[in-house]
This record gives sequence, C-alpha cells and structure tokens, in this order.
Amino acid sequence: MLAKPSESCNTVEVYGNDIPGLLGEVEAAETALREAAARDTEAAHGEAAYFDAVIKADQKIEPRDWMPDSYRKTLIRQIAQHAHSEIIGMQPEGNWISRAPTLKRKAILLAKVQDEAGHGLYLYAAAETLGVSRDELVELLLAGRQKYSSIFNYPTLTWADVGAIGWLVDGAAIVNQVPLCRCSYGPYARAMIRICKEESFHQRQGFEILHTLSHGTEAQRAMAQGAVDRWWYPSLAMFGPPDADSTHSAQSMAWKIKRFSNDELRQRFVDMCVQQAGVLGLTLPDPDLRWNEERQAYDYTQPDYDELMRVIKGDGPCNRQRMAHRRRSHDEGAWVREAAAAYAKKRAADA
Amino acid sequence: MNVDRLLGFGDDALVAAQRLAEWHASSPEMEEDIALANIALDQLGAARLLLTYAGEVEGRGRDEDALAFLRDDREFRNCLLVELPNGDFATTMAKLLFLSAYQLPLYTKLAGLSGHENAGRLAGPPHRDDAGRLAGPPRREDAGREDASRADAGSAGPPHPEDAGLADSAGPAGPAGGGDAGPAGSGEGERLAAIAAKARKESAYHLDHSAQWTIRLGDGTEESHRRMQDAVDALWPYTHELTSGEVSRDEWLSIVEPVLAEATLDRPADGWAPGGGRSGVHTEHLSYLLGEMQVLHRAHPGARW
Repeated sequence: MLAKPSESCNTVEVYGNDIPGLLGEVEAAETALREAAARDTEAAHGEAAYFDAVIKADQKIEPRDWMPDSYRKTLIRQIAQHAHSEIIGMQPEGNWISRAPTLKRKAILLAKVQDEAGHGLYLYAAAETLGVSRDELVELLLAGRQKYSSIFNYPTLTWADVGAIGWLVDGAAIVNQVPLCRCSYGPYARAMIRICKEESFHQRQGFEILHTLSHGTEAQRAMAQGAVDRWWYPSLAMFGPPDADSTHSAQSMAWKIKRFSNDELRQRFVDMCVQQAGVLGLTLPDPDLRWNEERQAYDYTQPDYDELMRVIKGDGPCNRQRMAHRRRSHDEGAWVREAAAAYAKKRAADA
Repeated sequence: MNVDRLLGFGDDALVAAQRLAEWHASSPEMEEDIALANIALDQLGAARLLLTYAGEVEGRGRDEDALAFLRDDREFRNCLLVELPNGDFATTMAKLLFLSAYQLPLYTKLAGLSGHENAGRLAGPPHRDDAGRLAGPPRREDAGREDASRADAGSAGPPHPEDAGLADSAGPAGPAGGGDAGPAGSGEGERLAAIAAKARKESAYHLDHSAQWTIRLGDGTEESHRRMQDAVDALWPYTHELTSGEVSRDEWLSIVEPVLAEATLDRPADGWAPGGGRSGVHTEHLSYLLGEMQVLHRAHPGARW
C-alpha cells in the first residue's frame, strides 16, 4: 500500500501515513496468530501432511511439531543472522554514546542500544526453540560461519549517522520485519511482533534527530545531508539481492517464512522514504528518483550489488573492526563467565 | 542548599554514567550489557535531575547541558572514585559497589527517610536460569522513550505516574527556576527529597547487582578471586572521600564489610586517603573523560540538538 505524497510539514501526519500503518499490520498479525490457533487441520494424517496442512491453513508451526530439516535449518540461519545483527549493531551506534551532544540524547541512545541487546536475546531464545544453543550460535558468529546484516559494516562518522541509522536502517528493518510477524514459525513470529513495536520508537527517534539537525545551523544541516548520502544505498541493499539473484527466496515464500520478495519490500521502503525526506528538507542521493504514474511507485537507482557482495564477504569498511571487537569482548569476559559458573556450582553443592 | 554540594551529587552520577556506558557491547555476557546500560541510565537520569536543580539554585541560567558540557574539569565536583578508568570487570563492579554503598544511604537521607529503610540488600545468593546463565535484570522500558514521546507532541506516550512529580524538572526545555521549585523556602527540600526518593530505589538495585557480582567473583575461581581482591585493594583509598560528608564511614562500612566477607575477600587496611574532587582537584583521568564527552557539544556553540 502506497502512502500518498504529502505536502504537509507535520511529522505527525507523516507517521500517520506510514509507520502507524505498518504497526497496524503488526497488530493484525497478532490477531491472526490467535485466530490461527483455532483453525482446523485435523484432516491431515502423518507428520509431513500435518506440516503441509498447517502451512496451507496459515497456522503456526510450534517447536514440538515435526518440520522438514531444511525448514529448521533455514529458520536457524535466518533467526541467528537476525540475532547476530542486533548484537553487532550495538557497536556503530554505541560509538556515539560517549559523545552525544546533550544529556537527553545520550539517554535516548543508551536506551536504544540497550533495546538492541534485548532484541538479540529474544531472537537467540527463539532460535533455541529449534534445538540449537545460544552458545553454539555465538561460536558460529565468532568463527565467521554465520553472518550479520552487512549494514553494520559501515562506520558512524558523525552524530548525524545516529539519526540516519534510526531513520533509514531501522526504517528498512521495520519494512523487512513487519511481514515476519506473520511468519509460519510461531516463536519467530511472536518475537518479531514484540521487536517491531520497539523498532518503531527507534525509527521515530532517528527521524527526529535528523529533523532537528536539518533545521539547525549550516554545519548541522550539512552533517545531516552527509549522513543520508552515505546511508541511503547501503540501506537499500539491506533488502538483499534483486529477486532474480536471491537464492533462498522461493522456498522461504512457499514455507511462508517470507511473504514478500526483496524487490517488493525495497520499493515499499523507497516510497516511504521519499516523502519523509521532503519533510526533513533533505535530499536522497539519487538523481533518477521520480514518481512513476503508471506504476504508482517511485523509480529509483538500484544499490551497487557488487559492493553488497564484497561487504557480505568481509571487505566492508568495518567488518574486521566489528568482529575483532566482538571476539575481544567475548574473550575478555571468559574469566567472568567461568567464575559465575564456578560460584553457581559451589552453591549447588552447598544446597 | 549549597550549589557545590548539589553539583557533587549530580557530577558523581554523571561521571559514573559516562564510565558505565563505556561497557556497551563489551560486557562478559549479553545480559550484563543490558544491566550495565540500565544502571548507566539510572545514573544519567539522576544526574539530569540533580544538575537541572543545581542550575536553578545557582540562578545563573545554566541548564543541565550547560553544566555538563561547558564546565572544565576544575569546575566538576565529583569524587575521584567515579572518574577512575573502568579497568576489568572486577574493577567496575568494585567501583559500583563502593559508589552505591554511598549513594543509597545518601539518597535515603536526602529523601528524609531513616537509615533502616535502606532497601534490604542481598536478597539471597545470585540466581541463574535453567540454562545456567545469570538471570538478567529487569529491562528499563521507559528511559529514552519517555523523552522521545515527550519530544513528539503528536504521540503522547503513556504517563509515568511515579515520575509525575519530577517531570517538569526532567526536560531541558522546561522553564528554569520557575514556579514553586525555586531555591528559597520549603520547596527546596521537597524538590531534592523527590529526586532522592526516586534515585534511592535505583541505588538499591545497583548495590544488589554489584554486591552479587563481588561475591560471585570473590568466591568464584582463583583468577576471579585474585582480580576482585586487586580491584578492592586498588580502589579502597578512594572510598575515604565518599565518607567525609553526609554518609559516615561506619554507615558505609556496615554495608560494604559484610559483602567483602561473604565474597571471601580481605578488607583492606585504611591508610592513604586521596581527595580533592569535591573542590575540583581531580586525577589525570577526568579531563580526558570530559574531552570526549564534551567534544561535539563544544564544537557547535549555541546549536540545538
């Protein structure tokens, strides 16, 4: 559903047109979740037939249910990647906590980074319902055998980057994640419902940072425009490769893990951002961006997918730095985790 | 109320928040990332209320940001303990234990409550969930939100009844020194008491959290015991500065000594007692901390953020 371009400079109205619209979808997914539980799948006999019937009836697969191995593996890969993204994603934004320009901004940013740690924990817990432990997943991340979102391999060079991440990166995450609230795997769908509600705060906070900067001094305005220029294309790339090249998409759609294609979601995001950029008084760095009356959507320049592949493979500006930080924190915390385990063991022995 | 004294309370909280926030994405466990951010947010929240109030009492039109970002290190009134580097996790926990064992009785007094109302410390041994992980702390759901919803008039967030009495003083945009919250008369005591009553509940949690870690690490492995003892020994001299004012040494020791005993740690001997923070003579560390904290704000004089 496309939001109509708005002439208004009222941020409330802008949100009235899109983010709450998306949040309405989160609510609807929550209702559907309850309704699905009541739907009849009794007719199906045998494990595989039951699984197919549940998917067909838009019911939820739960941890106790039989599921194809490849369904389980796909979900573990996707949920783990999502969890890792939350944990690694704390670094680029956390980079500005110590230098936030006011105490209020410092508090908001600190709370946001804390939320991300919380999202990581919900998601690891959802993955654990599939029979893999958080510790195993963390090891896979540290060994470079599981990925996190490539967006976090870009640096946060100015305060405005914190705003741009909130507006664009969290905005893209919401567009991506709202359909996941209807994912066929129950624990993932439920985690996404909760996370989407919190992400909408983050998106709004980011927008508000940029709005303040773009209406501030010349230097602040330049800072805001510079950040949008740097984050626009990496944000478009967050939706993944174009549909023609997307390896996991078809099966995930059939399983109702995924509901829309990469390109559909990317288009939705572009259409949402264009009018918000207008309200911000900032320019999106795409000379070919224009409304297409026939398609009822904006034409836009695709991100550089070769760059996306390079960053995914490890050669983004901050891949090495992010992983080194994660490994260092993990290694330096080992003695603390060992001590906590030793203490718990002693107390258990006393009991 | 003496402005320097208020600044001392506020600066302790602000500098402690700045140090604790350095742990983001670096803690030994993911649960601890959440806990330390939570505690940093509490300290920051208290700092904002205290500095806003200090600015009003001072009467020179300085708000929380002017006080946080535009004073030099010689004008800060925090104790030396909070500005010391984080060190390892044991050092951070010892700093937090010593600080909260001071802040809890301090806020209790400022709130006009009696000492035995200090929230019961150490409710049993630390608990772990089934997976053997340390159970996480309650997550702070309101910190940034409250500000965000306030900043966006179109979407009024849910009211926070507990904070209602403080809401006017929390925002930097509020009128300075207006209404009955001014420095003169009985309003002063009430205002500080309200801030302290809120902060006191948070301090009780900080004390509990740091005490539990001190015990786990002290009575954990050989390495953790050594690290925890080293941290306690290194920081002990700086605790004398905490107990030279509102909180007596005996009061403070009555909280700290049982924790050290349960943690199988030696209580260090008293001796060297560095001080000077309350009169603006700090360690070498504070200027660097402020240099980082203030850099952006100072680079854009007069800008709104």
